[in-house]
Amino acid sequence: MSAAATTLVAAKPRGRVLGAVFMGYLLLSLAIGFALLLWLLVDIAATGLPYIDRALFLNDPSADPAIAGARPAILGTLYIGALLLVFTVPLGVGTAIYLEEYADKERWYNRLLELNIQNLAAVPSIVYGILGLAFLVRGLGLGRVLLAGAMILTLLVLPVVIIASREAIRAVSASIRQGAFALGATKWQVVWRQVLPAAAPGMATGSILALSRAIGETAPLLLVGALTYVAFNPSLLDQFTVLPIQIFQWTSRPQEEFKVLAAAAIIVLLAILLSLNAVAIWVRNRYQKRW
Amino acid sequence: MVMTAAERIPGVEVRHDAPSGPALREVVFDVEDLTVAYGGKSALSGVSLEVYKNFVTAFIGPSGCGKSTFIRCFNRMNDLIPSATVDGTILYHGEDLYGREVDPVEVRRLIGMVFQKPNPFPKSIFDNVAFGPRVLGLKDGLDDRVRHALEQAALWDEVKSRLKESALSLSGGQQQRLCIARALAVEPEVILMDEPASALDPISTTRIEDLMDELKREYTIVIVTHNMQQAARVADMTAFFSVEVDENRDARTGILVEYDVTSKIFTNPSDQRTEDYVTGRFG
Repeated sequence: MSAAATTLVAAKPRGRVLGAVFMGYLLLSLAIGFALLLWLLVDIAATGLPYIDRALFLNDPSADPAIAGARPAILGTLYIGALLLVFTVPLGVGTAIYLEEYADKERWYNRLLELNIQNLAAVPSIVYGILGLAFLVRGLGLGRVLLAGAMILTLLVLPVVIIASREAIRAVSASIRQGAFALGATKWQVVWRQVLPAAAPGMATGSILALSRAIGETAPLLLVGALTYVAFNPSLLDQFTVLPIQIFQWTSRPQEEFKVLAAAAIIVLLAILLSLNAVAIWVRNRYQKRW
Repeated sequence: MVMTAAERIPGVEVRHDAPSGPALREVVFDVEDLTVAYGGKSALSGVSLEVYKNFVTAFIGPSGCGKSTFIRCFNRMNDLIPSATVDGTILYHGEDLYGREVDPVEVRRLIGMVFQKPNPFPKSIFDNVAFGPRVLGLKDGLDDRVRHALEQAALWDEVKSRLKESALSLSGGQQQRLCIARALAVEPEVILMDEPASALDPISTTRIEDLMDELKREYTIVIVTHNMQQAARVADMTAFFSVEVDENRDARTGILVEYDVTSKIFTNPSDQRTEDYVTGRFG
């Protein structure tokens, strides 16, 4: 028996050094991202946490930092979030179902549509802001109102919702569709009773994550005319502000007290975003666990 | 080259358990010169045969011979593939299956299908079987209907205590019997099975085969199988398909070589190609 066939000792350390270096690089990249995020969070929390009080949630903004609050901004953010959900989910899911289940992908107009949606997802948000100013605020004559803001954010996140929903629909196995068709189900029944329930967790997750991105947006809303000082509760066809804009306004003030208020408002915004993400995770787990 | 069974049948000994020869049986499907192409490339060409009532009819042949393509013509599943074209005729009890007024959805209700890989819906065991009746609006006596289908598929005793559990918690063999129960629940006349046991272990396979023997009293069964022993065990009639390669056009198309009672195909085939295949010299 030859020695080569029996020995288990490696003759050469085949790329083991390289492997160790690569592992080190991976850990480093993880550490940098994580450390930065942690530092930001700790810094914000240390500054802002003591100032999260009733006044922040209940009071209007004011030139006096001692009594200034963010009530209109918090409510504005919640209103916009709710409107976004109502606007984007039916439109996005509907478009995704059409593109995945009904569209003949051989047709040039469907391919063009697809390409457009992919590209729209990459358009900078400020461009949507200009669009909103030109077509919604002035063109349609809506004015600088909450509805216009919600509509423009809808356009901003719609491509993302469509793409996420399409992925979720595509992940439903073709064998399930065939099984349903083979039982004499119509196209409508197959889509409504098999594809949609199976794709729902993925679609919900994608939509909520897109929504939380939109809630953090500032630039397009500035253009559509969200104000930096609003001292009344928002309504659909009224002027409005949202948390990111309130934060922006406070941080640009010279007084230190406003910077502290901004930190407190950031914590509120983060809490809203994290709860949205938590809902997304809960929805996904709930529906996946069932089967 | 291609003959219908009825032309060949006289004088042929039939299986002992077949109460009457194929020639005397009612014809369920009469296929005439059927050609199927995907995007202009023909996958199956010039097939003619008859499928008889309450028989198990098996399609055997090497990979790529078009047998799965063929079976999907019977319930118009090929309609779901936009590039597929079907030429020729399939008469179902004398009615053109591809006629202008025929609704493929109605066809699939009468002609059920079981697939190669068990494909239960991600729902409960009960909801899987109830899906067909529900989409067809057969809501009365749903519980009894589901139970009857599960009993027919020899699965009731194993699942009766956990009907609300996920169908995906069943074993592969149980899942396939669930898919059979699901097909039976809409009371079809014909059940098409596309290699129903190829993903299963030998014991589950035996159960499915026993089931076919049982089910053919009430249903007409068409099965595609890779497994010649399986065809020999379960089928009354067997069709052998092969691949014809056209070197000039680099095209491969499936053809029907021989169709006859199973015992004849396996012991005394008329075509040399069939003999080569069933004796293991080819494929």
